[in-house]
Amino acid sequence: MRFMMFVCTDTEPDTDPDAAPDIEQWVAERDARGQRLEGSVLAPPSGATTVRVRGGELLLSDGPFAETKEVIVGFDILECADLDEAVEVARAHPMAYGGRIELRPFADLD
Amino acid sequence: MLDAAGAVADAGAEAYPRIVAALIRVTGDWTLAEDCAQEALASALERWPRDGVPGNPGGWLMTAARNRAVDVLRRASVERRRLRDLALLTDPEPPTGAEGDVVDDRLRLVFTCCHPALALEARVALTLRTVAGVPTADIARAFLVSESSMTRRITRAKTRIATAGIPYRVPTGPALVERLPGVLAVLYLLFTRGYDADGEPAFADEAIRLARLLDRLMPDQPEVAGLRALFLFQNSRRAARRDQAGDLLTLDEQDRSRWDHAAIAEGLTALARAGRGPYALQARIAAAHATAPTAADTDWAGIAGCYDELARLRPTPVVRLNRALAHGYAYGPAAGLTLISEARAGGTLDGYPPALAAEAELTARHGDPVRAAALFRTAADLVGSDPERRALLRRADELDR
Repeated sequence: MRFMMFVCTDTEPDTDPDAAPDIEQWVAERDARGQRLEGSVLAPPSGATTVRVRGGELLLSDGPFAETKEVIVGFDILECADLDEAVEVARAHPMAYGGRIELRPFADLD
Repeated sequence: MLDAAGAVADAGAEAYPRIVAALIRVTGDWTLAEDCAQEALASALERWPRDGVPGNPGGWLMTAARNRAVDVLRRASVERRRLRDLALLTDPEPPTGAEGDVVDDRLRLVFTCCHPALALEARVALTLRTVAGVPTADIARAFLVSESSMTRRITRAKTRIATAGIPYRVPTGPALVERLPGVLAVLYLLFTRGYDADGEPAFADEAIRLARLLDRLMPDQPEVAGLRALFLFQNSRRAARRDQAGDLLTLDEQDRSRWDHAAIAEGLTALARAGRGPYALQARIAAAHATAPTAADTDWAGIAGCYDELARLRPTPVVRLNRALAHGYAYGPAAGLTLISEARAGGTLDGYPPALAAEAELTARHGDPVRAAALFRTAADLVGSDPERRALLRRADELDR
């Protein structure tokens, strides 16, 4: 199955960034195992533009679509057998320690 | 007639989870699997009284459920491979002889229902519904919600298993070590829901059945044996723990001849394979009570020792409280009262009725009945269930005399 892995910050006080593993190693290992198809760090939310069309009119606004303290700072697209494998990939990511990670399977449209 | 109905109930209790689990494995469809298993039971209830109980009741039920699933899927024109796999499902008995790596379908079902990516309440409800086959209405009553909202909750959990990508698998190696405590916690919660003063007693029986099953399927896991033993010891007192008015009796007030000695014996056998993990230690404590001929014979020093170990593994306020009580009985109320004030230091036990009751009990033994009675009454004001409230007030009244 394919998973979108959202990499997010976390404003809770319980983060543990000092224990976080190395990101370069994470990327190298997941790529080698074929578990990571693609991924990138994103520009900060100040660089985000939200696009809507309402009544035929294009509306642009600056900033992310949801105003929250936690922001998405990156993403990876994973190819894993199931949630358990995806969780193993996510728990080895440094942002699982210093932030939070959301795993969302691609919708099954068959 | 009655015999046939009894045979359906017996065969169903044994075969139901196996049938549901096998059908889920092959079809991947949880609702279909349950519906077909239920329909097989209904059709057995109709036919066995007329045609006689078949030689292999479990096999009969599996065949009936499988045929029903084939019909449904054929109409839905599912691909050939799944229909073929389904046709190969026969007798639900596990393969005899060397099982090797063959994982029982039921184990797969239990681990999936108890997956940590599901909310805890959803895990309990799903386990009751799917593994134990408990009617949704009964689960709803225990969770104090309407049947329709429990149906929605269970349906959501099943849908989530598919959409979130939760695997239908028993983890192995380090993942098993990580996941097993979560499965045992669900069983423990299930048992507590059944054993609590206002609980649904059938849930305790289901929890025991599941613990036996798990213990049989994973005989090399000492904590599973420990949990099974713990349930059996606790439950052995079920018939004896209330008086005729339905009020709860303390251990020393119970008629020990009414304890279920067969359950205690089974518990002791399981305990022999348990280690010194958290459930095993709790089982050892329960065993010390279960095997004492009279309350005065209770091995309180042994119990206090188990609580010392348990408090090192799980230093929760409740464990520290019970440890204090055990030390109070073993080494005198003063020792216990000192440990109680230590356990209460963090403030988490404030207003917790068992903490007040424990302090009251030790205070009474320490020779201050007036203060003890007042503590029992404070505990009674705070307790949630009526039988427990009456029991606490009764203790207060005794001290007034």
